[in-house]
Amino acid sequence: MIRLKEVSKALGDQQILDGLDLEVPKGSSFAIMGPSGVGKSVLLKHIIGLLRPDAGTVLVDGKSVPDLNANELQELRRDMGYLFQHGALINWLNVFDNLALPLREHGGLEENKIMERVQEALSLVRLESAENKLPAELSGGMQKRVGLARALVVRPRIILYDEPEAGLDPGMSISIAEMIRRLQEEQGMTSVLVTHSSECASIAADRLGIFEGGSFLVEGPPSEVLQSNHPQVRAFFGTPTP
Amino acid sequence: MNFLRRLGSKTVTPLLVQAGFGMWLCGRTLSLLPHVPRRLRSTLDQMHLAGVRSLHVVLFVSFFVGMIVSLQIGLELARFGQQESIGILVAITMTREMGPFVTSIILAASVASALAAELGTMKVQDELTALEVMSVDPISYLVLPRVVSLTLIAPILTLLADVVGILGGGVIATAQLHLDMDAYLINVLNSLRTTWSSIPLPRDLYSGLIKATVFGFTIAIVGCASGLRTTTGALGVGRSTRAAVRDSIILIIVLNFFLSRFLLE
Repeated sequence: MIRLKEVSKALGDQQILDGLDLEVPKGSSFAIMGPSGVGKSVLLKHIIGLLRPDAGTVLVDGKSVPDLNANELQELRRDMGYLFQHGALINWLNVFDNLALPLREHGGLEENKIMERVQEALSLVRLESAENKLPAELSGGMQKRVGLARALVVRPRIILYDEPEAGLDPGMSISIAEMIRRLQEEQGMTSVLVTHSSECASIAADRLGIFEGGSFLVEGPPSEVLQSNHPQVRAFFGTPTP
Repeated sequence: MNFLRRLGSKTVTPLLVQAGFGMWLCGRTLSLLPHVPRRLRSTLDQMHLAGVRSLHVVLFVSFFVGMIVSLQIGLELARFGQQESIGILVAITMTREMGPFVTSIILAASVASALAAELGTMKVQDELTALEVMSVDPISYLVLPRVVSLTLIAPILTLLADVVGILGGGVIATAQLHLDMDAYLINVLNSLRTTWSSIPLPRDLYSGLIKATVFGFTIAIVGCASGLRTTTGALGVGRSTRAAVRDSIILIIVLNFFLSRFLLE
């Protein structure tokens, strides 16, 4: 369960989060949409403890993330996956070693088990044949899928996706959204995704929030939010106000 | 007053922040030394990158430095008929000063810049954040192998630089000063026999190797610290690279003075 209560964060002169509340129950999926540069990724970074709020509480599985020490935070993150906007693959490691990295570092798995887990994660993103390639030899979309496989290889209970559909062709974008939904339904994964695609949000998320001005303008099931009459929401989707 | 405050915030503050970060990184890296066996493969890779790839430059430059030292001092000694002493002076100059200094300057220019660029690029491309998110400690995974490898490789390169520099000096001693190579080498070996009063090790050779070890550690810490503090894209990577080379060279020179005083007193 992820819970943010009255979270505020300023970066420089800009108030990025302003008394934000968010609750994502265990095993559910929440999508965040909003204009570029308003702080959607900043919100994700608070959940995984990369940023500390100026005020408010961030709870993950009942633990206050900003209050955890380095070891406790590492422990918590072992149960979490994070998909970066551009994959963020380690550039000198091939695809296999990129995926094996967290498993080897955390220890406790034999090399043949690691191999199985890596191949399983690669098959989820349909990149079984790319395991010997370096990130520079992959297209942007493929790097993104490898990044997704790396987030999944540790079998996290919570996964945060930063624009999972960006840079992918429409077909792959839909299949990634369907995969996020499938992981949630079959494995009970809790997920928060930042997306610019209403289609992706509709497929992958139980709830959708439109984020602007440091908090959510509207929040609810995707079908309702996408039909919202809120003027800023309609302006965001480029639909005329009735 | 305002001007002084602005000047301070532009110059002194960043300097103190960088120095503080460097010292923190130094302490953190030393505290992670027990992780070295886990990072052995990566450390050996880094030794290959830093050592083998710099070797030809170090040897080439050292050979010429040895020849320059021999030529400059030898011509002066010849005026007083003392040219047989050239072996002693070349050996002492190379082992105490020029060997470690030349090697470290080459490592600062080639390896510190590479470390800053490599880690800086990783930082701006979110790769360091990705490591953190995966619960992989970037200091243990990235910095430790680089620091250990450079600390070990610098004295090895210096030893080779000393040998090649002395041979370069020998070439000039025989060709220009018309000395016998055997006599030159005997002088070299005799001069390097001086030991510390409390430690039975050749003082000139070992003082140079100790200096090189400290310089290697410093270069790696400065390069990594610059890389880890990179901000704002490609421009920031360029800035970090420049800062890594500049700061390494400044620190090498300052440390050289203090180490020389400490080791040779």
